[in-house]
Amino acid sequence: MLTDNKLLKIEEHLIVLKDKPGALLPIMHAIQDDLGYIPEESYEPISKALSLSVAEIHGFVTFYHHFRTKPSGKHILQICRAESCQSMGSENIESYCKEKLGIDYHQTTEDNSITLEPVYCLGNCACSPAVMIDDEVIGRVTEDKIDELIQEAKKNDNL
Amino acid sequence: MTTYKIYIPRDSSALSLGADKVFKAIKVEAANRKIELEIIRNGSRGLFWLETMVEVETDQGRVAYGPVNPSDIPSMFDREFFLGKEHSLSLGITSEIEWLKNQERLTYARVGITDPVSLNDYEAHDGFKGLRKALKLTNQEIVDEVTDSGLRGRGGAAFPTGIKWQTVLNAPSEKKYIVCNADEGDSGTFSDRMIMENDPFVLIEGMIIAGLAVGADQGYIYLRSEYPHAQAILNEAIDIAEKNGFLGKNILNSKFSFKLEVTRAAGAYICGEETSLLESLEGKRGLVRYKPPLPAIEGLYGKPTVVNNVISLATIPIILDKGSKFYADFGMGRSKGTLPIQLAGNLKQTGLIEKAFGITLRELLYDFGGGSATGKNIKAVQVGGPLGAFLPEHQFDTPLDYEKFSEINAVVGHGGIVAFDDSIDMSKLARYSFEFCAIESCGKCTPCRIGSTRGMEVIDKIKDGIDQEKNVEVLKDLGETMVHGSLCAMGGMTPFPVISALNFFPKDFGLEKSET
Repeated sequence: MLTDNKLLKIEEHLIVLKDKPGALLPIMHAIQDDLGYIPEESYEPISKALSLSVAEIHGFVTFYHHFRTKPSGKHILQICRAESCQSMGSENIESYCKEKLGIDYHQTTEDNSITLEPVYCLGNCACSPAVMIDDEVIGRVTEDKIDELIQEAKKNDNL
Repeated sequence: MTTYKIYIPRDSSALSLGADKVFKAIKVEAANRKIELEIIRNGSRGLFWLETMVEVETDQGRVAYGPVNPSDIPSMFDREFFLGKEHSLSLGITSEIEWLKNQERLTYARVGITDPVSLNDYEAHDGFKGLRKALKLTNQEIVDEVTDSGLRGRGGAAFPTGIKWQTVLNAPSEKKYIVCNADEGDSGTFSDRMIMENDPFVLIEGMIIAGLAVGADQGYIYLRSEYPHAQAILNEAIDIAEKNGFLGKNILNSKFSFKLEVTRAAGAYICGEETSLLESLEGKRGLVRYKPPLPAIEGLYGKPTVVNNVISLATIPIILDKGSKFYADFGMGRSKGTLPIQLAGNLKQTGLIEKAFGITLRELLYDFGGGSATGKNIKAVQVGGPLGAFLPEHQFDTPLDYEKFSEINAVVGHGGIVAFDDSIDMSKLARYSFEFCAIESCGKCTPCRIGSTRGMEVIDKIKDGIDQEKNVEVLKDLGETMVHGSLCAMGGMTPFPVISALNFFPKDFGLEKSET
């Protein structure tokens, strides 16, 4: 069950954004930016506010890779899987991250610190292989650099 | 006390290599040594193997140092780099660096030189001259100027921009829209990002001129969610433009009004296809629309809409400022003007090169790119993103030109070039093309939605040596079906990389013959 506070926040985003043209996209961003994910409990209030069916809301959320319906870990580590990064050995970075974190793509570490996601191009192709942790892009990553990023992320968790 | 002017880039690729750390280290070191610096966070010049590239203003012009790491800062201060003096990282006068000297920077004239969010800088470097000229012209005169320049859609489809604008201008409607396609999803491309982060005003100016030309008063920049830096910079620039009378009501005291906003996308590659983009902008699933009607007739919310790529729009100001002839004099054949080429992947020297059409791949890969990063032979390149064909060595002399590429079943696309060395397994890349299509297909057309998964299976069978001859036929037939049975380029072009890999590198698929 969603807390009343979260439902309240969803309602507030709806009040601000529901009359904007193409409102569904900015509404979903607002909810995910705020709560970290889009709870399925939000579908009903959104459908009422926008006069859409719950099925349409579900279809929308699941169409876009960016949106998640379950909470993520404290940090999201995205590894670029596109061609340019492949040409510079991103496959090794992928397997190293999976092994090091003990998880596969779309999963979160047991300590709830890091969620691992694939991404198809970060626009950092001149500095392949590239990863992104939260909003920070890192170029020419090595296994050592990955260790450093994970350590840094976990250190901040414990502050 | 003398103040020295230092430039440290804020482009996100430079940041990804530690530009912020260099910035902090220089600030701390300067404070410790009591040296007064004025630090400007400029854009990147696009020489990414030299980032973080630090520049200093001197009487001879700007001099550069790179690649700079925080550990280099004390020695740079010891050598008085702030006076432009020699250091082991010295690159000399920036504008004299071969890589830059051999370019024709028109759209990117300011990129790396100015502070991206300084309106003064922008105007001091010819900014808003195109708009000021456009405000004195009629709608038709503006559109004619764009048509005569020969500019073709830089997003990849290469459709003549002027003809698109003419269609929207001719469409009778109270409401029209300008939509900028900033969903730059192709691997190997970052030229849109570089414009948005490093010279956002030029895109804003291009969109205002587009609105003025066709009679639209609202613009949207549909920006991919993977570009948070670009989003922040664009929003800052739009805010500055509004406060200074370049956006909003009665632009520069004219009768023309134009509003502009950034809409953040949500990580679907297909939304780079214009009709899928419009659906998404309307708050729907990004399902591709049937054409006709063209977006120019019935686009956003059913209204006439110009949908242009970032680079197309960012090239408009210089065309209006310097005239269509100036622009059309660059290039070859029907490929007029310049193309921002992005060198990516396994190359020693990667980055952005703006060059007139006509340069060959070989010149780009070896003269600019310096060969592979790993020192091995370059086995293949993919031009134009994940839907572009793989080109083997014997095609490297093809000049960059829309028609010449089309003749060899390849595409120039958005100008991204990804190089692979000879350690790459081309059958893996071909399989990945199908996998990517399966992940990113909007699902509307069956050949794309299902064919992509079947394609992976067929490649696996070929590699496992199961009925190879038969399965090669099946793969080729599947390719044909996808090309002819898909509404858009996602399904319609995925076979290009697959079939080119199969034709040129059969050995990698476990088939006997191979030319390399």
